[in-house]
Amino acid sequence: MTLEQIVFLVLAVAAVGTAVGVVTNRNILYSAFLLIGCLFMIAGFYVLLEAPFLAAVQVLIYVGAIAVLIIFAVMLTENLMQRKRAWNEQWWVAILVAVALAAVLLYVVVTAQWQVSQLETPSDVITALGQALMSTYILPFEVASVLLLMALIGAIVVAREEKEEGK
Amino acid sequence: MIPLSWYLAVAAIIFCLGLYGALARRNAIGVLMGIELMLNAVNINLVAFWRYVTPELLTGQVFAIFVITVAAAEAAIGLALIISIFRNRQTVIVEEVDMMKW
Repeated sequence: MTLEQIVFLVLAVAAVGTAVGVVTNRNILYSAFLLIGCLFMIAGFYVLLEAPFLAAVQVLIYVGAIAVLIIFAVMLTENLMQRKRAWNEQWWVAILVAVALAAVLLYVVVTAQWQVSQLETPSDVITALGQALMSTYILPFEVASVLLLMALIGAIVVAREEKEEGK
Repeated sequence: MIPLSWYLAVAAIIFCLGLYGALARRNAIGVLMGIELMLNAVNINLVAFWRYVTPELLTGQVFAIFVITVAAAEAAIGLALIISIFRNRQTVIVEEVDMMKW
């Protein structure tokens, strides 16, 4: 077993462990902190997969923005939620569905013959990625920027406190 | 070299955990965290297939970047909605937000 595989197994155990914690912890704030750990482990997977730009994006956007946003929302909405039940009445159906899907997916993943290419990754992936985003994928790139702008404005409009007229 | 199936297996497990979280949680923020886990699992798959099947093309990485963009927009809007609902109804339990249920 190579060093790479050992690193992968450590990352995999940590990622799955924190993901289990995210969905099973009763305290939603602890779930949010465990989610940060899980997102870091997934950034580690990107490093192993020779996608350093995506690893940086993962840490910046997921850990830096989305996780912090989730923690803010937890802090703003926390009101004795721990005392209530954390799971709905259909939790056992959810377990059945999730386990069945996991069984099917793992069966397919293990038994399928994957056509693996022997090519190496290009030496300067980040340069190529930037050029691709600015040439081949320019239209989705611009649409994504418009989407982000709409999400920004929409979030402000939805979350803003309604002021009464004349105040 | 790590086999491709290892990445796919981990991604499948994380996806199913996220699915369970999204289906079984009562707290709306917990549901959102489950969805984030599912999106991350999909991203692992995209990048793993890019690395192992078509490393000469960049489609996998570009798709992963767009998935992250959409996830960021979704999280911002979702949390804004949750905060707005909490302000009006004093709850983040999804079962108690049923005024549109006939």
